Amino acid sequence: MHILILGAGQVGSTVAANLASEANDITLIDNRPNVLDELRDRLDIRTVVGQASHPDVLASAGLGDADMLIAVTNSDETNMVACQVAHTLFHTPTKIARVRSPEYLAYQNLFSGDAFPVDVLISPEQIISQYVQRLIEYPGALQVLDFANGRAQLVGVKAYYGGPLVGHEIRTLHDHMPGTDARVAAIYRRGHAIIPEGNRVIEADDEVFFIAARKDIRKVMSELRKLDKPFHRIMLAGGGNIGKRLAEALEQKYQVKVLERNPSRARMLSQQLNKCIVLLGDSADEDLLLEENIDQMDVFCAITNDDEANILSSMLAKRLGARKVMALINRPAYVDLIENEETIDVAISPQTITIGVLLTHVRRGDVVAVHSLRRGAAEAIEAVAHGDARTSHVVGRSVEEIHLPQGATISAIVRGDEVLMAHHDTRIEADDHLIMFLLDRRRIADVEKLFQVSVTFM
Amino acid sequence: MHQGAILRIIGLLLMLFSIALLPPILINLAYGEDAGQAFLFSYVLLLCAGFVLWLPVRRIDSDLRLRDGFMIVVMFWTVLGLAGALPFLFYEPLKIQPADAVFESVSGLTTTGATVLIGLDDLPHSILLYRQELQWLGGMGIIVLAVAVMPMLGVGGMQLYRAEAPGPVKDAKLTPRIAETAKALWYIYLGLTLACCIAYWLGGMTLFDAIAHSFSTIAIGGFSTHDASLGYYESAAIETIAIVFMFLGGVNFALHFASWRSLSLWHYVRDAELKMYAAVLLFVSALSLAFLHLNRISPDLETAVRHGIFHAVSIGTTAGFVTTDYSAWPAFVSVMLLFASFVGGCAGSTGGGLKVIRVLLLFKQGQRELLRLIHPSAQVVVKLGRQPVSDSVIDAVWGFFAAYVACFVIIMLLLMMDGLDQITAFSAVAATMNNLGPGLGEVSANYAALDDFSKWTLCFSMLLGRLEIFTLLVMFMPAFWRK
Repeated sequence: MHILILGAGQVGSTVAANLASEANDITLIDNRPNVLDELRDRLDIRTVVGQASHPDVLASAGLGDADMLIAVTNSDETNMVACQVAHTLFHTPTKIARVRSPEYLAYQNLFSGDAFPVDVLISPEQIISQYVQRLIEYPGALQVLDFANGRAQLVGVKAYYGGPLVGHEIRTLHDHMPGTDARVAAIYRRGHAIIPEGNRVIEADDEVFFIAARKDIRKVMSELRKLDKPFHRIMLAGGGNIGKRLAEALEQKYQVKVLERNPSRARMLSQQLNKCIVLLGDSADEDLLLEENIDQMDVFCAITNDDEANILSSMLAKRLGARKVMALINRPAYVDLIENEETIDVAISPQTITIGVLLTHVRRGDVVAVHSLRRGAAEAIEAVAHGDARTSHVVGRSVEEIHLPQGATISAIVRGDEVLMAHHDTRIEADDHLIMFLLDRRRIADVEKLFQVSVTFM
Repeated sequence: MHQGAILRIIGLLLMLFSIALLPPILINLAYGEDAGQAFLFSYVLLLCAGFVLWLPVRRIDSDLRLRDGFMIVVMFWTVLGLAGALPFLFYEPLKIQPADAVFESVSGLTTTGATVLIGLDDLPHSILLYRQELQWLGGMGIIVLAVAVMPMLGVGGMQLYRAEAPGPVKDAKLTPRIAETAKALWYIYLGLTLACCIAYWLGGMTLFDAIAHSFSTIAIGGFSTHDASLGYYESAAIETIAIVFMFLGGVNFALHFASWRSLSLWHYVRDAELKMYAAVLLFVSALSLAFLHLNRISPDLETAVRHGIFHAVSIGTTAGFVTTDYSAWPAFVSVMLLFASFVGGCAGSTGGGLKVIRVLLLFKQGQRELLRLIHPSAQVVVKLGRQPVSDSVIDAVWGFFAAYVACFVIIMLLLMMDGLDQITAFSAVAATMNNLGPGLGEVSANYAALDDFSKWTLCFSMLLGRLEIFTLLVMFMPAFWRK
C-alpha cells in the first residue's frame, strides 16, 4: 500500500517505522530537513521537505497514486487543509487526520462529506483521557483495552498474595467463578512473557492479562488480588488539554484537584471547570503537595507535556503517600524504564495508545483493532469474520481447524452482544468478532490474509 | 562496525558476481574455443570463496550503519577488482602479469575502458564478452543490482546505495522503497541496453559485436572487441547510434525514470543539469569539428563532422570509444577533449568525471562570489532550475573539487616519479580518474607500456574516480576506524 504521512513528529515517525517494516511504500513529508535526514537513514522510506498542505508538495510526494493520507502534523489546520486538498485534487481514497483542538471537535459536521473530507478523525487527547478514565474506573488495572465497541475488555492486573486464584493453576479459574467466562491471555513474569497454558500456576507479582465481558471484569479482578477500594480523591498534575478533558469527565463522580503552573491557564481552568479545585503551583513542590493532603489521594496522575517532570513528580507523590501514581511519558525508552521499576504504578504512553488507534484504521481486510500489550511483547487483534464457509478461511470452521500463524491464539469471540470464550470446538459464524493474541508482530500480515475473503464473495 | 554483517554481505555479493562468469562459459562452448577452463575454474573459486565467507556468519542480521556501508562498498570493489582478474590470469595464452590482469579487470568494472591487451581481434569470444560484461555490471553498479534482487538488504541497502551512487545529492530515491528504486534503475538500464543492441545489430554489426558494444556503450565504458574500437566498422550509422546511446547513458537515470513514468518528455526539458550537459557537448563538438575542418586536419567536411562530433561525445561523456587516433590531432583539440571529460556525465548516470551538476554548481558559486563583490550586502542564493540549493551541498561540492584536484596532483606526481613524461602522466591520470579510458602520448592506444607501479597507481585512480573520491578516502581517516 502506498501511504503518505504528513508530519515527522513522534506519532508520524513511529507510524512510519511501524508501517515501513510491514512492506508498505511510505512517503513522509515535513518542513524540517534535519529531522527527515535522520529518519531516512534509519528507515526505508522516501521523504519530502515542504509545507505539508501545499498541493505542489503533495503532488511531488506522489499523492496522485497514494492509497491513504495520514495527516499528523502539529497544526490542526494543516491537517484539515491537507485532507481537503487530497480530496479535491487527488481523490485519495482514505484520509486520516489528527485534530487536537476541542474547539473544532465540538462541531462534528465540520468533518462530514461536504465540509472537511476527513474519513477518520484522531484526537490523541481524547483517546488518552478515555484511557486514563478507564484506569481510574478499575482500580488496580495496569491497562484496559476495549474490543467490539467495549463489549469485551482486556485488562492487565498485577496478582497479589491473598487473591483467591494466586498459587493455583489457570484452569481452576472456571471452578472459582461458575457462570463467569474469562480467559487469561498473557502473563508477564519478571518482564518475560509466558504462554498461558491451563496448567500454569499464577504467582504473586505476575502481571496477568485477561479478557472477559465488560460486566465480569471486576469479578475476575477480585480473583487475582484483594479488590482495591474504589477511588475517590484524584489529583491531576498539569492542566493542559488532557488534564482539562479528564477533569471535566471525572469531576462529577470524583473529588478532583488540578495542579497548573501557568497562572493564566489556571485561571482559565477555574472559570471553565465547575466542581474541581484548581491549584496554582508546581507539581514537584513538596510543600504544596503536603498541604493539599497528597497522602490522602487515591490517584496522582502527572500529565504535563514534560516527561521528566511527570516522572519525578509522580515519584515524589508516591513517596509522600499517594496510593497510586500514573505518569504520562512520551519517550518509549522511558516507558520501558519505568515499567520495570516499582515506583510508578502505571506509565501512560500516548504514542502507543494513539498509534494503536491509528494502525487500526490502516490495516487491511477486516482487522478492526490492534493494540500492543505492555512493552509491546504481544499484540491483541480484533478481526471480523466475513463470508461463508466457501469463501472464507475462518467461517464455518471450529477454532482448532483454523490455520493460525505461529504464536497466535484465539481467545474470545464476540457474537452479537454475547462474549464467548474460544474453545477448541467453538464454531465460527459469519460476522463474529474474533479476539486473538500474537506474540510476533511481524505475523500481522498473515492474520490479515486469513481474514480476507476470496474474490468470489461479493 | 559489524564485521559479521559486512562479511556476510561480501560473501553474498561474491556469489552473486560469480554468476557473471557463466555466460562466457556458454559462449566458449558455442564457439568451441579454449578459454572454458579458465572461466570454469574462476567460477568455482569465486563461488566457494563467497560461500566460505558467508557460511559462518549467515545468521547475523544486524542493521548496517553508515560506516558499514562505506566499508562494504570499498571492500567489495577492491575484492571484485582482484577477483575479476582471475579469468585473465588463468587463460594461459594471454601470458599476462597479475598487475596487467588486475588493471584490465578494474578498468572494466569502473567503466574506464583503458586496456593493456593488444590484439583483441584474435582473442577468444569468451574473453571479449567477459570484458564487456565487467563494464556493464560496473556501469549501474553491481551493489545497486544486489539491492534490487536481495530483499534482505532493505534498510542497509540505503547505506550501500549512497556509498556507490554518483552525484552530490545521494539521498534522492525514485520510489519510497530502496529495493524498488534499485529495480527501476536496472530496468531502465536493461531497456536502454536492449535498444542499443538492436540498433547496433540493424546498423550492421554481428549479433555478438552488437551485444558486446551495447554493454560498453550504455555503461559509458569504452571497451571494444576490436583494437580499432568503433573505427573498425567505418560506418556513419554505427557512429550515430553510439553517439545517441552514449548521450542517453550519460543522462541522470532519475530523469529517464520520471519521463517513463509520466510518459512525457517534460522532465528532460525542465532539467537544468541536462541543459548544461547538452550545451557542453554541443559546444565541444562544434569547436572540434570547426578546428578540424578549418586547419585541414581532416580531408573533407564529412570526415571533420564525423570525427569531431563522435570524439566530443565519446570523450565528453567519458566513454572513450575512438574512430581514429585522436591523440595525433593538434594538442588544442585533444587536450580540450580531455578537459571536457572532467565535466563528464550527469549525476546518477553511468558516466564518470566530476559530473555536470557539480561543475554547474561550482560555476554558479563563482558567479555568486562575483555578484557579492559588486553588491556586498546582497542576499544571493544559488539556484538549480528554480530550486534553491542549500549551502551544505555547495560546501560539499567545493570539498569534492578540492579533493579531486589534490588526488589528481598526487597521482600525477607519482607517475612522473616513475619516469613518465608530463603529457602521458597528465592524460593517464585524467583518463583513469574520469573513467574515460584512452589518454595521450604513450597511453593513447593502450596502457601496456607502463610498468607495474604505474599500473597499480592507476588502478587506485580508477577506483577513486568510480567511487567518487570520498567513499574511498574515508577509509584513510583514523576517525573511521575508531570505535
